[in-house]
Amino acid sequence: MRLSAVNLTCQRGGREVFADVSFSVAAGELLAITGRNGAGKSSLLRIVVGLIRIAQGRLILEGGNPELSIGEQAHYLGHQDALKPALSVDENLRFWTGFLGGKGADAAQAIETVGLRDLGDLPAAYLSAGQRRRLSIARLIAVKRPMWLLDEPMNTLDAAAQDRLTALIRAHLAEGGLVLAATHGSLGIAGMQQLHLGEQDR
Amino acid sequence: MTPLGALLIRDMRISVRVGGGALIGVLFFLVVVALMPFAIGPNLLLLKRIGPAILWLAALLASLLALDRLFAADHDDGSLDLLLMGRAPLELVVATKALAHWLTTGLPLVIAAPVIGLLLNLDAADDAALVLTLLVGTPALTFIGMVGAAIAVALRRGGLLLAVLVLPLTVPVLIFGVAAAQSAFAGAAPFGTAFTILCALTLASLVVGPFAAAAALRQEIE
Repeated sequence: MRLSAVNLTCQRGGREVFADVSFSVAAGELLAITGRNGAGKSSLLRIVVGLIRIAQGRLILEGGNPELSIGEQAHYLGHQDALKPALSVDENLRFWTGFLGGKGADAAQAIETVGLRDLGDLPAAYLSAGQRRRLSIARLIAVKRPMWLLDEPMNTLDAAAQDRLTALIRAHLAEGGLVLAATHGSLGIAGMQQLHLGEQDR
Repeated sequence: MTPLGALLIRDMRISVRVGGGALIGVLFFLVVVALMPFAIGPNLLLLKRIGPAILWLAALLASLLALDRLFAADHDDGSLDLLLMGRAPLELVVATKALAHWLTTGLPLVIAAPVIGLLLNLDAADDAALVLTLLVGTPALTFIGMVGAAIAVALRRGGLLLAVLVLPLTVPVLIFGVAAAQSAFAGAAPFGTAFTILCALTLASLVVGPFAAAAALRQEIE
């Protein structure tokens, strides 16, 4: 599987965010997207999953399922956690597992992996920011998708949780997955490709 | 579980929990109808004459009450991104959300209507006609309102815009719903005619609503 972008241009609100961005990521590789605030890191991820229209350029996926769009074969971990405060931790994850086409047993396993098993019955309203983040990461484990698109995945996570996420990303890459991550810091993964958006600070 | 089944159960769960809209709608409905005899006076004939219209108006306002959060809540917490990206067609996703909304806010109105009808001097035959028209007509209100909810999704205070956008579109449903419910009175249109048109309006809204709402959401999310 290989995901390539050719001369992508992104426009938001009539303003050009970035232009002529090209990259190519193969299965088992991680692309770290860096750049100053407003350089378009999040926009690039949203373009790839189809939440923003492409102004110019092309996205090509080789070796994926031709029946499905790129977004339908990807997990997107955005700034927001997509959790409902009125539902419990278990109910939130079970919903996303069901909606994304996974099995209930995998949801139970995933909640164990992110270390939230003891809080299963707690309404998500009472979770801390880091716990909410971990719960939405559990979605990526519960349902298998070949591509992960992570927007600042380490935000709000404590050191132990960051290590666990790094291990999860490594495992995903080892299974032949493909990861695009917008990040400021280091993800602690050797041999990652880098894409820097924005030439200089303006 | 299928994706749409999971979504239906989630939305129904949320709306019956704390902060959900299910109970608010039916309470609003009861309060508005209960206020009418105080405003209009205890003239039993008059109340019986305008009772169906009052109940229909109250049901219309009550079903709009919680509608502005239909997509806005999912937009605010990022769930809408994932729903848009999902493998289930967006038209079916929004139709499922509207169905969950109707089951938790529309259906309770239909069930409460004959009870509150007693306050307006409606007898059993009036009640039966009223319940039947509400059962058929309130899904149309939800599915028309859904389009407004999709257009107003990204706006703060979208509920006001929603009411302005949606209320004019509900006029045909209101006309034929009330006409059918009032058919017991001499000189009114026969029940069958108005009721058939009401059914047709509902069926049309069930088809058009999801497509229009999905198109609006795709535009709005950019």
